[in-house]
Amino acid sequence: MSNQSKWFWIFLSPVLLALTVVVVFPFVYGFVFSFSDWNGLTATSFVGLEHYINLFQEEEFMNSIWFTVKFSVVTVILLNVFGLGLALIVTRKIKSGNLLRTVFFMPNLIGGLILGFIWQFIFISVFGDVGNLLGLESMQGWLSTPETGFWGLVILTSWQMAGYIMIIYIAYLENIPKDLIEAAQIDGATALQRFKNIIFPLVAPAFTVSMFLTLSMAFKIYDQNLSLTNGGPFNSTQMVAMEIVRTAFSDNEMAYAQAKAVIFFLIVAVIALTQVYYNKKREVDL
Amino acid sequence: MKRNKEKRNLFSIEVLGLVLGLIWIAPFYLMIVNALKTKKQIFTGVLGLPDSVALGNFVQAFVDLEFLKSLFNSVLITGVSVAVIILFSAMAGYALARNKSKLSGGLFFVFVAAMLIPFQSVMIPLVSIFGQVDMLNAAGLIFMYLGFGCSLSIFLYHGAMTSIPKSLDEAAIIDGANRFQLFWYIIFPLLKPISVTVGILNVIWIWNDYLLPSLVLNEANATIPLKMFFFFGEYTKQWHLALAGLTLAIIPVIIFYFFAQKQILKGVSEGAVK
Repeated sequence: MSNQSKWFWIFLSPVLLALTVVVVFPFVYGFVFSFSDWNGLTATSFVGLEHYINLFQEEEFMNSIWFTVKFSVVTVILLNVFGLGLALIVTRKIKSGNLLRTVFFMPNLIGGLILGFIWQFIFISVFGDVGNLLGLESMQGWLSTPETGFWGLVILTSWQMAGYIMIIYIAYLENIPKDLIEAAQIDGATALQRFKNIIFPLVAPAFTVSMFLTLSMAFKIYDQNLSLTNGGPFNSTQMVAMEIVRTAFSDNEMAYAQAKAVIFFLIVAVIALTQVYYNKKREVDL
Repeated sequence: MKRNKEKRNLFSIEVLGLVLGLIWIAPFYLMIVNALKTKKQIFTGVLGLPDSVALGNFVQAFVDLEFLKSLFNSVLITGVSVAVIILFSAMAGYALARNKSKLSGGLFFVFVAAMLIPFQSVMIPLVSIFGQVDMLNAAGLIFMYLGFGCSLSIFLYHGAMTSIPKSLDEAAIIDGANRFQLFWYIIFPLLKPISVTVGILNVIWIWNDYLLPSLVLNEANATIPLKMFFFFGEYTKQWHLALAGLTLAIIPVIIFYFFAQKQILKGVSEGAVK
């Protein structure tokens, strides 16, 4: 072994070891055992595709996928609308611009578990009180029906992550040449025209980035789900990530849960690869 | 006249921003205000200010959360994990960027591809394997964070290396430095801006992580989010205590944000756009 390759391997060995032991090996190991009756320690027989066939027929799992898809689509739209809106506000020459950036981003620093608990209080107690004051029956019992639980999760996630998406849009907005906007202003373009013809086309790439980013973030949500609704009522607000944890550690069906985890991986991978593909295509266009 | 109109526009945008800002911090306001009320006061109304300040809530939450102990556990686990991630990912990013072989490119691809794997897909075997070798403890957890955190970090370091000229390496080698000296005294200090970014991204994630610690740690050495979960379960329907606990749990993050907000916003922006 030459001197050159010796240092190369020494520099790489800590991360190579960690990645192999923590990610690569468990991934392969789990994939193999998803075809068996593995109980987390040993497997006595291979059952082939049995788990995979069963999970597609399990109502609870399919419901969790459907719920997650619905949740992700609504959240992605709202997050991008709010993210771009907030970014447009704070990048104008307003006095409170920096303060507002700090405020809008703040929820991202606090874990989803804690935020979910705070919002549980708001949906149950604050909404209840405000409903009483305004005489609105519909404000009562939030999180106790599947619909309000769904919207509760959407509101929590949008509030939490809009600041993060805002940061992405800000990065693109600040790259728009100032003279381009000034020239348009001198030519008499209205604010709406400037947005439609200059700003929007130039931040469109940010939309691609943030759309798939939010999609994969939304798809993997667990903490917020656990602390806000805990999947209830009757598992109607249980997302895929939580469904897998439950199957594994509450029901103790390790091989079956692992099969669900493999399907989960495939969905997340397709979303992420589509994102890479679109971004690459965009780079070629430029 | 046009100037005036522009000014008025700007003013209405500022007002809109401030209103949204107030909505954004309202949950925190409601949390703190009600954490200062007695159980009875919360029952009679959550919107108003407290009649008298019930600091006892905080005392009880502080004791029941074993706050100093969970804070210590969180600081220790996050601190060591992030330090290890920064050092080893920087080394790997440097090695991969300077070695232009096919193998090196392949390894870089593996590290990046690993980002595709969601935690739930490796969670069950991971816990099983670490359980069998008796490593479901803080040390095992730190090692796991290195495994999960190194991909993005190596990716960022690898990108940053392109702006450090190779002639620096050559000059140092001619002057008699070995690779370790070269890395430690010349390259690593030059990577400081990206180290700040890598550090911030990993601190945010590891500090707030709940699921992995819940599978690895027991209650005696719980981090803040994990302890908060147990605490909250104990005080369902006793909002005055639950909210005081949540407020306590958030304080360290707010202090961190207060001192490092510029670097945090910059770091997140760099990490997100790349």
